[in-house]
Amino acid sequence: MTLAECKVGEKVKIESLHMNHNQQRRFMEMGILPGTEIEIVRMAPLKDPISVRVRGFQISFRKKEAEQITISH
Amino acid sequence: MSTFALAGNPNSGKTSLFNLLTGSRQRVGNWPGVTVEKVIGQLKGDMKYTIVDLPGLYSLAPISIDEQIASRYMIEEKLDGIINIVDASNLERNLYFTIQLLEYGKPLFMALNMMDVAKEKGLHIDLKQLEERLGVKISSTVARKGIGKEDIIHKLKNEIPSNAFRINYGEAMESLITELEEILEQSSMKVHYSSRWFAIQFLEGNLVIEEAAKQSGIYEALNKVKERVEKDQQLNASQVIQNIRYQWISSLLKEVVQREQIETAQTLTDKIDRIVTNKWLGIPIFLAVMYFIFQITFTWIGNPLLDLVDGFIGGTLSGWVEAGLIVINSPDWMISLAVDGIVGGVGGVLVFVPNILVLFLLLSFLEDTGYMTRVAFIMDKFMSKMGLNGKSIIPMVIGFGCNIPGIMGSRTIEDPNERLTTILMNPFMSCSARMPVYALFAGVFFANNQGLIVFSLYFLGIVMAILLAFILKLTKFKQSESVFIMELPEYRLPVFKNLLLHTWDKGKGFIRKAGTIIFSMAVLIWFLSNFSFQGMVDINHSFLAALGSFIAPIFKPLGFGDWQASVALLTGFLAKEVVVSTMMVIYGTGESVTGLSQMIQGSFSALSAYAYMVFVLLYVPCLATVAAIKKETASWKWTFFSIGYSIGIAWLMAFIIYQVGKLFI
Ligand SMILES: Nc1nc2c(ncn2[C@@H]2O[C@H](COP(=O)(O)OP(=O)(O)O)[C@@H](O)[C@H]2O)c(=O)[nH]1
Repeated sequence: MTLAECKVGEKVKIESLHMNHNQQRRFMEMGILPGTEIEIVRMAPLKDPISVRVRGFQISFRKKEAEQITISH
Repeated sequence: MSTFALAGNPNSGKTSLFNLLTGSRQRVGNWPGVTVEKVIGQLKGDMKYTIVDLPGLYSLAPISIDEQIASRYMIEEKLDGIINIVDASNLERNLYFTIQLLEYGKPLFMALNMMDVAKEKGLHIDLKQLEERLGVKISSTVARKGIGKEDIIHKLKNEIPSNAFRINYGEAMESLITELEEILEQSSMKVHYSSRWFAIQFLEGNLVIEEAAKQSGIYEALNKVKERVEKDQQLNASQVIQNIRYQWISSLLKEVVQREQIETAQTLTDKIDRIVTNKWLGIPIFLAVMYFIFQITFTWIGNPLLDLVDGFIGGTLSGWVEAGLIVINSPDWMISLAVDGIVGGVGGVLVFVPNILVLFLLLSFLEDTGYMTRVAFIMDKFMSKMGLNGKSIIPMVIGFGCNIPGIMGSRTIEDPNERLTTILMNPFMSCSARMPVYALFAGVFFANNQGLIVFSLYFLGIVMAILLAFILKLTKFKQSESVFIMELPEYRLPVFKNLLLHTWDKGKGFIRKAGTIIFSMAVLIWFLSNFSFQGMVDINHSFLAALGSFIAPIFKPLGFGDWQASVALLTGFLAKEVVVSTMMVIYGTGESVTGLSQMIQGSFSALSAYAYMVFVLLYVPCLATVAAIKKETASWKWTFFSIGYSIGIAWLMAFIIYQVGKLFI
């Protein structure tokens, strides 16, 4: 299951990231890496991007990237 | 002389700390990476210490342009030490960057900032133990309130010990790192940082390090080793490094931080976000906010102030100057130069200082609260359809104040195509220098709907900007690997003093411009409008009239073909305010904007006045903006494209408006 399929308010655990090298590095620098707990906080009015809470702060990124992040509950 | 770099994550309070230490009126903002320029200051009261403020960074391996600037500086410059500012309320991610800095091996000490926020969140940090584990000295600070300043200065002035920080990345990685170090040491490449750090950064894919390796011809050798080990061991080196760092941090934090269970009711930030990013309300609120900014700037506060200043300059001041010159028996031409040329030309622009200060104040307020990142968030989807990025919104809104910081602010956009588009769009954002022109014409011809008319111009500018983005997307930048990843910081109430200082800094620039470029233009225009080869003549036979009449036919189809209007557009290329001061001088209107208003009523109709404003809105903003475009795009081709395109579109739009409008009126 990917992060893009989760609902607002859900708390999930990241399993793996599948994006290009630079992007993946940036996500991981921001603290989004396998094993991290992450909460989907909200969606932008046009349903994209989404905003998540991770390690106590909020990050937003697009659905496209969320589709490349697999998660488990 | 010692030089220290101030480095930390975006929004850790870097700018606040910099201001505190140097006493400089540096920009303080909530937009991640607001410090786009390299800013240098001297330690307050001790010029021997130089502090360099760098753009906020999440890591030393850069992606966007402003990160590249910062990383390059850190890596290439020989620094005496690093002040690492860390957000105590957000330790986990901040320490990730700290680890990279520690591995770099320069003397480092830490300013643990936002201690007040950490306390509110119920975090108890054992400073002694943190110092021991990291091997650095730590000052705890609340930069916003000025707490911790003495301690930092004290630490700066004493020897900062070098640290021997080291994380064990596991057997496989460690032997890989050693192998890379050996390649480096056997090569001719000389580095002023540790070779271990070089090896680790290479594995992480740090652009700047890869470049350096290529230059010394060891890139191939390094890469071969890296690929071999990654293949043999079935691992991704950069991922392993990042994982181990975060593991290391979480085990550290378990020891050092005690978290009090505080009732985590909805935070204020959550409550505000619920409204301003709401599905239905989000976008209307943004539009309403922009509308109020213009209402306040023009109608509620700006214009009443403007009338006051205009009354003073046009009436009282020019009266004094004239009376004074008569008393000392000045010749008529001298009086004309001083009153019509200088007081008129410069004063015609200075009267807009109140409007401009109000606008800057409001824009700074929005930026400092953190609201602008929410705007990027809610607008990203729409912007991405235009080949842009949600982050493009911030430079656009800043462009309303002045295009130059808007263009420079585009550096935070990672994708080169999106960044270029954002730069090229910016001249269409109606900057405050265009305000004098609107205020003059709208005030005369659309007195009852002034706000609406001016709003329509801003709106037209935005539409034209988006159109340009769209054209570029369809023609040039077909496939773009766009990314959008952005932190949404917590809302903070801006410090009023900082807002005022920042507003004053910007306003000062405007006033300085009035004193220099606009002053000289006013004198030059006065000369050109009073002289010809025959000496001093009537204005209709002057140099200026000849020049104006020569280019006037170009503007005839747009409805403003008299030479005065044409000349004003020409001089307006230097700075758009000059359009008004040129008119003040050539219409010789008794030095007040009110006088000028009566004159232009004879030369324009409401329709041609609107077409004129549209032209002023869209054509080349000013010389300084063109220079900024050249600097940021590093391309003459795009610079000339921008000039040509904006003149073309200005002519076309004014033409359409005038010709179509004529059919209805
Ligand atoms: N509560 C609190 N706020 C702070 C502190 N330091 C800075 N701020 C605020 O945090 C925001 C971001 O600070 P700034 O200096 O612009 O951070 P930068 O993005 O790292 O340059 C501003 O609104 C500051 O007033 C602090 O120690 N405590």
